[in-house]
Parts: sequence; structure tokens; C-alpha cells
Amino acid sequence: MRVLAAMSGGVDSAVAAALAVEAGHDVVGVHMALSRDRNQFRTGSRGCCSIEDAGDARRAADVLGIPYYVWDLSERFEDTVVADFLAEYEAGRTPNPCVRCNEHIKFEALLDKATALGFDAVATGHYARIVTRETTVSDGATDGGVRTVRELHRSPNDAKDQSYVLAVAGPERLARAMFPLGGFASKDEVRAEAARRGLSVSAKPDSYDICFVADGDTRGFLRDRLGSRPGEVVDVDGQVVGEHDGAYAFTVGQRRGLALGRPAADGKARYVVDVQPATNTVVVGPAELLSVDRIAGEKALWFDDVLPGPAGPGAVVPDADGWFDAEVQVRAHGAAVPARVRAVDAAGLEVALTAGPLRGVAAGQSLVVYRGTRVLGQATVARSWRAR
Amino acid sequence: MTVTTSPEPDGAYLDHAATTPMSAAALAAFVAEAQRTGNASSLHSAGRASRRAVEEARETLAHALGARPSEVIFTSGGTEADNLAIKGIFWGRRAQDTRRTRVLVSAVEHHAVLDPAFWLAGHAGAEIVLLPVDGEGRLDLDALRAELAAHGDETALISVMWANNEVGTIQPVREVVRAARHYGVPVHTDAVQAVGQVEVDFTASGVDAMTVSGHKLGGPTGVGALLARRDLALDAVLHGGGQERGVRSGTLDTASIAAFGVATRHAVDGRPERAARLTALRDDLVARVREADPQAVLRGADPASGDRLPGNAHFTFPGAEGDSLLYLLDSAGVQASTGSACQAGVPQPSHVLLAMGVPEAEARGALRFTLGATSTPADVDRLVAALPQVGTRARAAGLVSGRALGSAS
Repeated sequence: MRVLAAMSGGVDSAVAAALAVEAGHDVVGVHMALSRDRNQFRTGSRGCCSIEDAGDARRAADVLGIPYYVWDLSERFEDTVVADFLAEYEAGRTPNPCVRCNEHIKFEALLDKATALGFDAVATGHYARIVTRETTVSDGATDGGVRTVRELHRSPNDAKDQSYVLAVAGPERLARAMFPLGGFASKDEVRAEAARRGLSVSAKPDSYDICFVADGDTRGFLRDRLGSRPGEVVDVDGQVVGEHDGAYAFTVGQRRGLALGRPAADGKARYVVDVQPATNTVVVGPAELLSVDRIAGEKALWFDDVLPGPAGPGAVVPDADGWFDAEVQVRAHGAAVPARVRAVDAAGLEVALTAGPLRGVAAGQSLVVYRGTRVLGQATVARSWRAR
Repeated sequence: MTVTTSPEPDGAYLDHAATTPMSAAALAAFVAEAQRTGNASSLHSAGRASRRAVEEARETLAHALGARPSEVIFTSGGTEADNLAIKGIFWGRRAQDTRRTRVLVSAVEHHAVLDPAFWLAGHAGAEIVLLPVDGEGRLDLDALRAELAAHGDETALISVMWANNEVGTIQPVREVVRAARHYGVPVHTDAVQAVGQVEVDFTASGVDAMTVSGHKLGGPTGVGALLARRDLALDAVLHGGGQERGVRSGTLDTASIAAFGVATRHAVDGRPERAARLTALRDDLVARVREADPQAVLRGADPASGDRLPGNAHFTFPGAEGDSLLYLLDSAGVQASTGSACQAGVPQPSHVLLAMGVPEAEARGALRFTLGATSTPADVDRLVAALPQVGTRARAAGLVSGRALGSAS
């Protein structure tokens, strides 16, 4: 196959490219330039997307003996990922830019361009597994035919698993993706593979945080881009307890950085429980108010053969009201918790948590539905509330 | 001595304007000198042998380019020669006459000229005037004359390239010299692309300084020269041991210089025959590219006008992006170039095309094909065979990326 290896300059994507080469594919390395002003992005070991990273990616491609190109996707990145990041915070929601980047950049802009240029697949250094199986078609029209079903599964490396941020790509796009690191149980193994092949990035530190927030100061970034908008911090009774520089910089569940003038009457810690962009108000309250057991999701997508449909019965067996058992995860580094889930309308879903409430489920976050290691579906949190 | 001169035996190398394969004679001269010890500045016998090789190369180069040996200043390449010319002439002329702070450069110069000029603006009080060009990339002489009429006494130097590296347009250097002389303004020309392609005679041209480069004419990389008239006020950029009449210090690279001399003689001696052959091959390439991709637009001067380098063909492919075209051609065994500079590998729309009035979206779809001594009809066949599918796929990619001409944004 003709495979485009997305190469960030980090160790994971370098090893992924190497494995694609060794699997016998015709591989071309591509580094995505995501910022016009390369210095605006973090440099050195902490992040991605810097000139140093482009050089590291080129060096790895040279060692692997594959062609290497830089594709300028900076306009798309600004128009989708960064614009969404700002708009979501402005709307009082909590975006996940890595999810948006997978949705709009890696598995849309990059994948579509690669497909147009004749590539069969895009290989990345993500930690997740794509499991393919054949199934017999029973949709009436083509009974007895064979159909390929692609499932997305968690990586065996729990600490690195990225199925949560990949689910948004959905089954059609992931059909053209390859995750050569999907079977690796630890990062140390990946580093060892890099060292064994003479890849100089083998000891490069992992990247964290948001690549386009150069110094890791999200609040400062938002203030630079959205301007200072002073307003009030109020408690749940409406009493003013402090001031802020812009409600957009707060996220539901946040405790630190509130700088409240006086302590709460009960002496307990206070958290952001609501952000109201219309009045530029941040509402704080006790932790109990953050606990929710119901979540409504929007822009839902379902993987192949999950819901019952024309193609077959599906993996889940909903009850008369459409509810089925699954687990849900609402944060990249959170755990999945047991829940009843149902699809509603064309692109919505509802979640009822069954093992107690969760704290700080903010609108805008990605919600991924699992059964065991398998990703069943994904949606964006629209609302959350306490039912019991 | 058997030497493989094609850089990619199985592919079509159509990027001679980027670098040329080293000629067998130049390589032999390089190897012979590289095996000898000797600093050309030393007085003992090893030094004298080295010195002799350098001076022979200097004489060869001067003879081939219509200059006197004493006018040849060896450098590490074209970029250093351009830097020496722009900075050295600016400082030298301003020292003679402090009013002279204006630097006139054509808008289509190479970055090795533009960047030192803008550096002078930021660090030495220079005022840069970008001289406009027409739609074929040819200098607007009336604009130059008007500029000189208004500010001739404040002008420190003019730099106009002999021929453009992207679209191959030959500039009216003699007219520039004629216009400048009246105002006592020195003229520099970057002739890196011209030597070996068209007739270049330093003295007859009337320019005060001229840049040449080794690896563009069958010599090694890392060596070049600035030809500079002896009466030109030229300050040093590299200070040190006082080599090259005190203007360019640094131990001379005898092996590279010897190979450079040989390569220049070969390039110039064989020029009439080679230019005629490359002109025919280039004309064939242009006709067949247009046939294979009727939307392709030839940029630069009409080949029939004689104002274009014989080995140069440059097209924009509407709806396609240069990096897609490059990748697709490379994977089909055809090596070409977008012709413009990259920032960290990201192709930027060419400042040359933008100066010619080409819209940015169209400038993104540029490809340059440049022929040289080792080019054959088979190279053109390979390009033409690959083009239809390359064009189709690159345009499909241009549609999804939404950046190239004809897309919604």
C-alpha cells in the first residue's frame, strides 16, 4: 500500500513510520506545519509543531530512507482548531483541541489530501488499535455477501491510550488510518524500538498540553486573543464574591485560580459550577453541585455494527426504550464509568450513570462510549444534570 | 576516469538550476588537489604548489568570463559573493559619500541579494527600493531611470540579476549600467544562473561587480566568486588573514577553486553547442507539457524572444499546489522544483511570481523545470508521461485543501 506517515518529530510517529516501512508499504513522511509563525508554538522538548520538531521529523525520515514533505495546514488549523477553541471558551464551554485536531486536521485535511494524491492510508503514532473483521451481510439486498467491519479499541497501554481523542474520526475515516503502535504495551518499548533503528528521537521527552499555547498558559492565551473582559464571580445565591478578567477563561469544575476575596460561610472549597457568557458571570459553589448522573450528548456518531440496523443486530441489545449497558469516558485521562446509554434522534445520545455521579462534566467535552476495550460511539457533551 | 554524472541514474533530473552534476574534468581536478597538502598563503613549496593551482584557476575563470585575474575574489559560493557585493559596496560607496544610502534592487532578486539589502535597512540606515518588473519578470527600466533622476545622488548601489533563477528571464543589465553611470552609482549583477547558459562578459557588460557560483555550472558546491573592478570601493565582510586583496579573508579552498576553474572553462567553451541543444529540448518540453496539461501556463519571457535562459521552463498549474506536484513527480521519478524558497520546508508563494503580478493562488501551483549538460530527450519523455495523472491528482488534492485557485475560499 501507499502509506503517508504523519511525522510530528516525536518518537511515536517516527517508530510508527518505521513499522509501516518494515511492513513492506511504500511510505512517504509528511510533517504538518500548523502555525504560520513557528515561534508562536512551543519550541524544544515540550511540545510539537516547532521548527526543531520539523527537523527531527526530517532526520527520522532520512534514517528510514523515505521521502519527506512539509504540508502547510496552518490556515486550516487556525480556522478549525484554534477558532473552535476560542469560540467554545467564549460560549462558556470546555473544548478539547486535540479532539478537534483529529477531527478536522489529521483525519480530514491530511487524510483527504493524502487520498486525493493516491495514498491508501495515513499512519500515525497514536496508541489505539483498529480491529478488522469480516461479517456476513444480511440486509436483504445482498444477503450472503461479505462486509468488512472496523472496530476501534483501546491500546493495551492504559497510560497512553488515545482511543478517547480518536473516536471522533469515526469508522469511515479510520478505515483509511493505520496505528502501527496499537499493540505496544509501553512507551519504553517504543523508545527501545526507536533506539534499535538509530532514530535520534528515541529519548525525546513526551509532549503535553496544548501545542498552540506556547508557554502552557491557557488563560493568558485566551486573554491575548479575546481581550480582557472584567466581570463578577458570584455564589449560587447571586452574591458577588470576587472579580475576574474574563469569564471565558473559566471552566466548570475548576478550583484553582479563582482568587476569591472572602471564604465561604461553611469554610469549604468552592468550584466553578457555571459559566454564563451572556452576563460574563462566573458562578461558584460547593463540590456537591458539580456531581451529575445524567449527560446529554450532541453530534453523536456510532461505529460499525454497534446499533441494530439494516446490516444486522449490532453489538448492543437495547431495551424497549432504547437503553443499553456500556461505559462512558468524559475526559482524556479519566476512567470509563458504567452507564446506561441510548441513541436519540439522528445525532444525539443520553447517558444515565449507574455507579454514582461524576464531578465536573462540562459542556463541550468529548464523551466516548465503550464496551470493554471497544469504542462504540462518541458525542460532545451538551448538558449534564443531577437526576437522583 | 569513469564518472557517473547523472545524480539519479533511473530518474529524470530536471533541476539543474538548483545544482548541476559535477563534470568529470572538474571532479578530477578536485580530487587531484584534495590529495595535496598546502596552504595557498604559505611560502614554502607545498604552499607554492597550492598557490599556483589557485592562481591558474583565477586566470582560467577571468579568461572565461572576460575579466582580469586581479578582479576575481574567491568566496564560499554565490550567497557569500552576493552578501559581499551588497554590504561591501554599500559600505564602500557610503564611506566616499555619506548621502548615498539608497539601495536599488529588482523585486525578483534571489534572497541572497534581497536579505542582505533588507538587513542593511535594519542595521545600517539603508533605504531599500524594490524596482518593479513586468509580467514576464523583466526589469522596468523607466522605473529605474525615474528613481535615479529623483535620487541618483543618494544611491549607493544597484543590484539587478543577469538572469532570474525561477522564470529564467534575462535582464537588461547593459541598460542598467548605462542609466547608472551618469549618477556614479555602482552596479552589481548576480550571474549565477547565466554563466554557461548565455554569453557573459564581465568587462563588456560594464558592471562593477558580478556573482558567479561553482555548482551551477558543473563545479563543486561551496565555491564561488565575486568579480569586482579594481576601482570599486568594496569593504570586507569577512576579516582575518587578508586573503583575496584583503576583501575576503580565509584560507582558500584550493581543491574547490581548481575544480571551479575547470568547470567554468568547460561551461563557457561548450556553451554555444550546449545552449542550442538545450533550447531545442526546452522548446520540446514546453510544447509537450502544454499538450499534456492544456491548463498549464508558461511563466516568464517567450522562449522565442531570446530573453530566456535556454534550459529554463516554468509553469503554473491552476488548481494544483506546488508541493503536491513535486511529490507526485518525485514518486514518478521526475525531479523538479517549485523554484521558490521554503520556510522550514513549507513552500511559500514565490516573490518572483507575485512581483510579476501572478495572483497568490496561482503562484502556489508553480513548477520549474531546468535542463543542463546531462539532460536528454528521455528526461522530457518521462516528465510528459507522468504529467496527466500528476495534474489530475494534484488538482483533486487542491480541491480538498481549499487553497489552490478555483476553490471556494
